[in-house]
Formats: sequence, C-alpha cells, structure tokens
Amino acid sequence: MVDFTLWDILRNLLLAARWTVVLSLIAFAGGGIVGLVLLSLRLWRERSFARLFNGYVGLFQGTPLLMQLFLSYFGLRLFGIEVSVWVSAGLALTLYTSAFLAEIWRGCVAAIPKGQWEASTSLALSFYEQMRYVILPQALRIAIPPTVGFAVQVIKGTALASVIGFVELTRAGNMIANVTYAPFTVFALVGMCYFILCYPISLYARFLERKMNAVRR
Amino acid sequence: MTVQLDFMAVLRDWPMLVTGVVWTLGLTAVAVVLGLLVAVFCAWARANGPRWLAFVVGAYVELIRNTPFIVQLFFVFFGLPAAGVRLSPVTASLLALTLNLAAYGTEIIRAGLEATPRGQIEAGLSLAMSRVQIFTHVILPPALKKVWPALVSQIIIVMLGSAVCGQIATRELSYAANVISASTFRTFESYIVATAIYLGLAWAVRRALNWVGPRFIFGR
Amino acid sequence: MPSVVEASAPVIVDIAGLHKSYGDVEVLKGIDLRVQKGEVVCIIGKSGSGKSTLLRCINGLEVFQDGGLTVDGRPLLHDNAAAMRDLRQRVGMIFQSFNLFPHLTVGANVMLAPTLVKKSARPDAAAQAHRLLDRVGLADKFDAMPDQLSGGQQQRVAIARALAMEPAVMLCDEITSALDPELVGEVLRVVEGLANEGMTLIMVTHEMAFARKVSSRVVFMHQGRVHEIGTPDELFGAPKTPELQQFLSSLHN
Ligand SMILES: Nc1ncnc2c1ncn2[C@@H]1O[C@H](COP(=O)(O)OP(=O)(O)O)[C@@H](O)[C@H]1O
Ligand SMILES: [Mg+2]
Repeated sequence: MVDFTLWDILRNLLLAARWTVVLSLIAFAGGGIVGLVLLSLRLWRERSFARLFNGYVGLFQGTPLLMQLFLSYFGLRLFGIEVSVWVSAGLALTLYTSAFLAEIWRGCVAAIPKGQWEASTSLALSFYEQMRYVILPQALRIAIPPTVGFAVQVIKGTALASVIGFVELTRAGNMIANVTYAPFTVFALVGMCYFILCYPISLYARFLERKMNAVRR
Repeated sequence: MTVQLDFMAVLRDWPMLVTGVVWTLGLTAVAVVLGLLVAVFCAWARANGPRWLAFVVGAYVELIRNTPFIVQLFFVFFGLPAAGVRLSPVTASLLALTLNLAAYGTEIIRAGLEATPRGQIEAGLSLAMSRVQIFTHVILPPALKKVWPALVSQIIIVMLGSAVCGQIATRELSYAANVISASTFRTFESYIVATAIYLGLAWAVRRALNWVGPRFIFGR
Repeated sequence: MPSVVEASAPVIVDIAGLHKSYGDVEVLKGIDLRVQKGEVVCIIGKSGSGKSTLLRCINGLEVFQDGGLTVDGRPLLHDNAAAMRDLRQRVGMIFQSFNLFPHLTVGANVMLAPTLVKKSARPDAAAQAHRLLDRVGLADKFDAMPDQLSGGQQQRVAIARALAMEPAVMLCDEITSALDPELVGEVLRVVEGLANEGMTLIMVTHEMAFARKVSSRVVFMHQGRVHEIGTPDELFGAPKTPELQQFLSSLHN
C-alpha cells in the first residue's frame, strides 16, 4: 500500500472539484436559459401553457434527481446516442435546474401586488409593456436572493452525477477512499470542499435577502 | 429507428417494487418522526438556548445544508467505521436522513417560532404557565401550523433524496429498480417505472401530510 | 355605584418606592400604592405616563430595579421561577390586544391554564369553562375558534380565561381600546359585574364615565409618578393639580 499524505488526498480532491464547479456552471446557465423560456410560456395568456408548465415543474420536483440522471444516461443510450457522461449529466441537471428556477421566478412574478397589474392596465399598457416596464423589473429584484440560494442546490445536485460515473468531487472521493483506506478523512475532506464552495453562496444569498427586506420596509 | 420498450418485464417483478416502496416509505417515516423531534429541539435551542448550544446547533445546521446528502451518507456509512462506529446500511441511511431533515427542519421551524407575537407569550406568563408549557402549548402549535407547508415540501425532498440510499444497498425503491434492471436487462424501463412510482409517492405523501398536520400535529 | 371597601380589608397589592427604567430612561419614578381586597382602582393618565409599565410590573412581566412589591403578602422574586408562577396564579391579566391562543377553541383557551398549571381534571376544567363562558355571555361559543369572534367577544373570552385561574386580583390594560365603539359596552358590563361581585381590579382605562362609576379609587399618573389619588368624586369633581385639570379638560375636546 502506498502512503498518502493528507496533502495528496486534498490535492486530488481539489483537482476533481474543478469538474464539480464546471458542471454546476453548465447546469446553472443551461437551467437559467431553459427556465426563462418556460417562464415566458407560463406568463403567456394561454391556459394550456400553464398546465404544461405545472406538469413539467411537478415532474422534476416530484421525482428524485438520481432517477433523472439515470433516465438521461440510459435513455440517451437507448436511442442509440452514444454520448459522454458529460452530456447525460449536463442534460439532467439542466432540466432539473430549469424546473426549479422557473418555479422560483414564477413565484416572484406572482408576488407582485395585484394593484400593479391593475394600475398598468388602467394606463392602457399592452401585456408586453406591462411585463417589460412594470412587472418584470420588480420581480427581478425579489428573484435575485432565491436564485442565488438555489445555486447551492445545484452544486450539491452535481454530487449525484458521481453515481453515473461522472468524475467530480464525490466520485473522486470514492475512488481515493478505496485506495487510501482512509474513508473517514477522505469523506470529511470531500464534505469540507463542498462546504467551502456552498457556504459563501448561502451567506451571500442571505445577505441579499436581508438587504432586500430592509429596503422594502 | 424504433425502440422496443417492455414495461411488463419490469412490472412482473412487482414484489421487488413493493418491497422498495415499503422501504422508501419506512425510511422516510422514521426520519420524519425523529428528524422533526430533533428539529424542534434544535429550533428551540437556537432561539432560546444557552449561547454555546445555539452555536453548536447553528454549526450543525450550516454544515448539513451546505454539503450534499450523498456525501453525508457516505461519511456515515464508509467513514464512521474507520472511527469505530460500524452501521448497517439501514441504520446508516436512517441516521443520515434524520440528520439531514432535522437540519432543514430546524431552520423552517425557527422561522415559525420567531413569528410568535410577544403578546401570546405574555398571555401564557400571566396565566402562570411555565416556560416549557408556553413553548409546547402556546408557541409551538401555531408555529408548526404556519410552517407546515414548508415542512411538507422538505419531507418530500428528503423522501426523494432517499433514493441515494440504494447506493449503499439499502433495499429502497431505487435499489429495487437497480436489481430489476440487472435481472431483466430492461434498464431504462426499470427506472421509468421507479420514477413514476416516486412521482405517485410524492403526491400521496403530500396529501397524507396535509391531512395529518391539522389533525395530529398542531390542532385544527 | 362605586365599590365601597372597608378600611380593615386586607391589602392585596402593596407597592412601595417602585423604580423602573428602560436603559437610562426612568419610566417609573417611585410608585407607592396599596390596593385592598375588593377595591376597584382605575389608573388614568396621558399616553407614555407609565400606566402599562406599572401593571406589567405587578405580575412580573417587567423587571424593576428598585422598591418593593408584594401580592397577598408575598414579595415578587424575579429570579425564582416557581415563586413567579405562584404569584401569577394570584394575578390575572387582560390585555388590550386580547392575546387569545389562535390555535385553540374558545373552550380550550379557557381550560388550558387550569389543566396545565392547576392540574385540574379535564371534566372539571370543562365544566368550569362552560360556567365562566356563560358568565361572560358566550355560553354558545365553547367550540368556536377565536378568529370567528368579534373583538368584544374575544375580549370577554380573555376575561373568562383569566378568571379560570381564580385570581385574587385582575389587571386590565386598556381592555377596550382595540374595540369598535359599539363593542365597548358589552366588555365593560362584564367588568362591572366582576367589580360588583367583589373582585379586586386594577385597571388602566380611558373610559372616564366607567371609571367614575365603578372605581373605589382613581389614580392619576403623570411622568412616571402617582400624581394624584383619591375617590372618583375627588379626582373628577375637584381635581387639585393643574396637570390633572388639564388632562381632564383635554378629554372633553
Ligand atoms: N420595552 C420598552 N423599551 C423602552 N421603553 C419603553 C418600553 N416600554 C415602554 N417604554 C417607555 O416607557 C414609557 C411608559 O410607557 P407605558 O407604560 O406603556 O405608558 P402608558 O401605558 O401610560 O401609555 C413610555 O415613554 C414608553 O416609551
Ligand atoms: Mg399603555
């Protein structure tokens, strides 16, 4: 057995953590774009879009992310598309993220007081103008803290990509634990790495929220 | 190109699926009961407890909330034996699920506790109720009622998250899907079926908790 | 008719040299007040003069810095939780904002403290609650939730809830101030009934006609002191100090 120093372990974990970060960024960016598309469909005055939106959100919020990853992984293969695990993981996490972000943003739009709609309607603004100049600017402001907060969920979500063989922080931890026979240390360090990634974002989200509440009062 | 899907092959193994459902629900139920008890205590400690305890609870909550559940589970199952604590897959799963739910529950319940109007506490005091009686009879029930929807959502998240416990061979629903896919070679169908069952469970558990809450947890 | 109290009646609340500050601000600057059993003492005065603070000191909701306060001969010991609970069983309080427990039915609101604190058996507590709700005119509301009641009804439930502990003295802090004018009467009638039955009452109120009618004594507070004290006829009929004169005349405009 080779002797691994704490530094060896940490260095390898940090190298793998790069892929956690990259995958998170892909999921967050992709999820944001898809989420925006979903949101615009939802805000369209068209009943069937609303039902579709609710179905989509319910589906991704009502099933385990792990299953979504499996389905993406095996589903793509089933259709004969031999893709790298990057695509499977990126696709599943993007769709997952889009459902949550779209629902968060829809809630923010819904939180705009009815009076704002009525006032802008009475000023003869069109639906698009109402959205563009009255509703969305206000919704955007209250949407920022929960959106930042959700980034933490995305980062934690990428850990599940390890199960379909994506080598990121958790997967690397597994592999290192197997060769070092030091699972306690390794998983403690893995946890610490996630904590270092997530905690500042959590704090920042909380800070933004407090700032927003202070302004509104 | 056509893809042949054969769901019957998967459904023929329904006893395995039922076992998985029972385990998933069982794990969730135990984690909910224990987790909420711990959460109520931690929420109390964070709001009213001695300083050092409030700090310890705060650290625990942040640690759990800022690390993935799968890492918590692996730490408990693979890591703790190295420190002399050997747990069965089920025990490890329960421990990780409970600690996870309790941390999120603490924050949710604390928000409810803080929303209690001061006058409610003073009314309790003026009726000669003790601090503990005021907490359990005056502050806690309305607080739980207020945050119950958030707690229910969190419980669903934990139940769906318990799919990860299959990775350490806990025989819950996702594990059942793994086993069936290995024996039938109908991998995609196995996971589709399991996912559909999860969706149904999430719906049913939400309904059940919305029914249970007002009747047994916080009065009507 | 104002309550008449014999001079020999025992002292229930004895306040001597009470000082209370919030930080550097002294809010009560040496209060002396003795209330005998069966007395109805109304406290009047401008907003901010310390009326609520005084009441809240009497059942230990506020901690004071200097002076003595005994209820039923027992001194107030803030650091002794058991003694404080003992004291609060003797002192009932009714709040401006009712403070009913929103998650409990009216009946459960009344029964809660007797079952928890006095360990009354549930059937006994329920019978008592029915009796008390009947007394405040709400016999049919036992199973209602607080938010289904009007303000006046909620306040009467709060009175029944306080009575359930069989206190020796009741503190009322502007208990009609949060009510619509047409609901004030129903609450005051209940309080008057209590006064006539011999309950010791210390109440802060802005209902001067009521104070004049039921009090045995009236206390005028001004800037944290008992500025003037006497029978209702003395204070309302012949106010001595310019501050009280000004306060009373300000009410008429
Ligand atoms: N919790 C508190 N902290 C600081 N100052 C207070 C507090 N409560 C009351 N005060 C101050 O004490 C004074 C007396 O208040 P209070 O007893 O409520 O008067 P009243 O009931 O006669 O209107 C006021 O100046 C008020 O601002
Ligand atoms: Mg006051």
